[in-house]
Amino acid sequence: MLKIKDLHASIDDKEILKGINLEVKAGEVHAIMGPNGSGKSTLSAVIAGKEEFEVTQGSVELDGEDLDEVAPEERAHKGVFLSFQYPVEIPGVSVTNFIKTAINESRKARGMEEMPANEMLKMIREKSELLDIDRKFLSRSLNEGFSGGEKKRNEIFQMAMLEPKLAILDETDSGLDIDALRIVANGVNKLKSKDNAVIVITHYQRLLEYIVPDFVHVLHNGKIVKSGGKELALELEEKGYDWIKNEAVV
Amino acid sequence: MAYTEEELKKELETKEYEYGFYTDIESDTLPVGLNEEIIIAISKKKEEPDWMTAWRLEAFKHWKEMEEPDWANVHYKKPDFQAISYYSAPNKKPKYNSLDEVDPELLETFKKLGISVDEQKKLAGVAVDIVMDSVSVATTFKKTLAEKGIIFCSISEAIQEHPELVKKYIGTVVPQRDNFYAALNSAVFSDGSFCYIPKGVRCPMELSTYFRINQAGTGQFERTLVIADEGSYVSYLEGCTAPSRDENQLHAAVVELIALDDAEIKYSTVQNWFPGDKEGKGGVFNFVTKRGLCEKNAKISWTQVETGSAVTWKYPSCVLKGDNSIGEFYSIAVTNNFQQADTGTKMVHLGKNTRSTIISKGISAGKSQNSYRGLVQVNSRAENARNFSQCDSLLMGNECGAHTFPYIEAKNKSAQIEHEATTSKIGEDQIFYCNQRGIDTEKAIALIVNGFSKEVLNKLPMEFAVEAQKLLEISLEGSVG
Repeated sequence: MLKIKDLHASIDDKEILKGINLEVKAGEVHAIMGPNGSGKSTLSAVIAGKEEFEVTQGSVELDGEDLDEVAPEERAHKGVFLSFQYPVEIPGVSVTNFIKTAINESRKARGMEEMPANEMLKMIREKSELLDIDRKFLSRSLNEGFSGGEKKRNEIFQMAMLEPKLAILDETDSGLDIDALRIVANGVNKLKSKDNAVIVITHYQRLLEYIVPDFVHVLHNGKIVKSGGKELALELEEKGYDWIKNEAVV
Repeated sequence: MAYTEEELKKELETKEYEYGFYTDIESDTLPVGLNEEIIIAISKKKEEPDWMTAWRLEAFKHWKEMEEPDWANVHYKKPDFQAISYYSAPNKKPKYNSLDEVDPELLETFKKLGISVDEQKKLAGVAVDIVMDSVSVATTFKKTLAEKGIIFCSISEAIQEHPELVKKYIGTVVPQRDNFYAALNSAVFSDGSFCYIPKGVRCPMELSTYFRINQAGTGQFERTLVIADEGSYVSYLEGCTAPSRDENQLHAAVVELIALDDAEIKYSTVQNWFPGDKEGKGGVFNFVTKRGLCEKNAKISWTQVETGSAVTWKYPSCVLKGDNSIGEFYSIAVTNNFQQADTGTKMVHLGKNTRSTIISKGISAGKSQNSYRGLVQVNSRAENARNFSQCDSLLMGNECGAHTFPYIEAKNKSAQIEHEATTSKIGEDQIFYCNQRGIDTEKAIALIVNGFSKEVLNKLPMEFAVEAQKLLEISLEGSVG
């Protein structure tokens, strides 16, 4: 589904990603771990198409299509979803109104009619139950005054509503207490299918106890320096990132 | 596509005036300049009674001694008041019984505006008193209103047919010598609307006036007088667009609202006059005095959506004279390119237990300057007066400005006054977040701006809110590829 080949990306002429290779197939869960500043969030932003980052070399392909010239909103229409590490606030725009707009814009791009209100309502009901979201929450302004946990839960709620092909969860665990973490992870697990894929970006192993990855990749200094199964995450937890750093130097 | 700050700005600047056209209707224009003879001529043309002529001349006397105010945060070339023609009325001035009799070119104009009289007539509950240049040319729904005893006509007609009401109330809220522009308006006002709601009557429809500046070089001096008698209610809509023109056009309107005991007036404005081109050339100068007087238990709400004009100087105010009276001001002011707006309100608390609410939303883009200026004044006898003010500014790009000038004068210790202000900027991060969810940049800006303006948009009557929302989008988005 997703094929990243020798990806180099920079911001303000500073190279952050220095040759990433990654292939994610439908039905898989990949975890990308790494110390602060290793390029994890840059990788997710580049996949989503944030234009502050310049791709200087290599490519990102989704279902065989090079995404280089594809606008962020078009990537979204094609099924790419990014759960933000720091979701932004949009005052005066309710969660419901926002998600309604997002869904209908995607449908429009796919040549479909707007989603009928009753269908949307039904879907909202289902997905908010799945994530244990209070209905009142849906009428609040998007992310305004939300706690860290509420913000993340709202991201996963949007993911549930948009039903993406490829979901990237950027540090979704940060700022979550253990109960919220469990709810969010549970939600992600329920949404997983053989047709979609998830990339979990995290600093800690904690989230991976709940969302069990098929593959774990360690990112360091803009490169994937180690890949393995889920046990790699435990090893990392045990030995710390210095282990990788030292190994990378060697 | 990339959406950098730079592009966002560019996009915002590529908005062209949508309603730039000119209607060629024969008109009858007085020579330029201003002196007593001109004022007498205006009064004569309108077949006014002597008291009205005298009233105008008195205003002129005051005006001659006044100076143009320069305290507002706006900069412009002062108009030459002797180079303006103070009267221009469409020549064909018949009294129409039906739309078929109206000059087809005029109807065409309204069609271009998307608000044809035809449509308006069909729109249930909306009566339109159309002001084109200076004289009313069509009034609809008058009959229905007449059954309730409601008077809704041009001010010229009111002077002829209801002189006792006009004489009693005109200038009582905005005196002739109130300020430079109000004095000028009082001397030369050409036409405007008049509305009287009798005791205990709830006006069954939104009363609506579309203003339009049409004749090149013609100053527009509208005079509006709305009187809501005891226990009555009226919702009044005022909307305007103007043709695009190179030279500056001066507009100095006066609106007076009188809400007697237990009456309520809702006054909503959507203003979309030509703001000047991208270089800041041309555009309407809009110097308006709007004020309402509340008697006991009365309520006045001003709601405005200001997107047009090169220079705006406007402070719809409430004098809360009666005990328990309420004043409200809800405003959205959008400035783009080189537009300048200095707008806000005055809430003057005179009576006991008077309450006022001010919600102001300023949106600045391009190289524009947007100022909120508001005064909350609590008189020594105004026990338990309360005010809440909230002024929010939204900036787009790095070259525009937002300013807030709140003035508070409390002479009674029991007063409770709250003021909140915020300034925010549409960020690339917000745009990217929306993009990531499949919402393109144009739609994203509309979403953010509408969210920002929601509290005020919600105060507008339904049909008007939709129109205003559209206008906000037009004003800010331009033509996104």
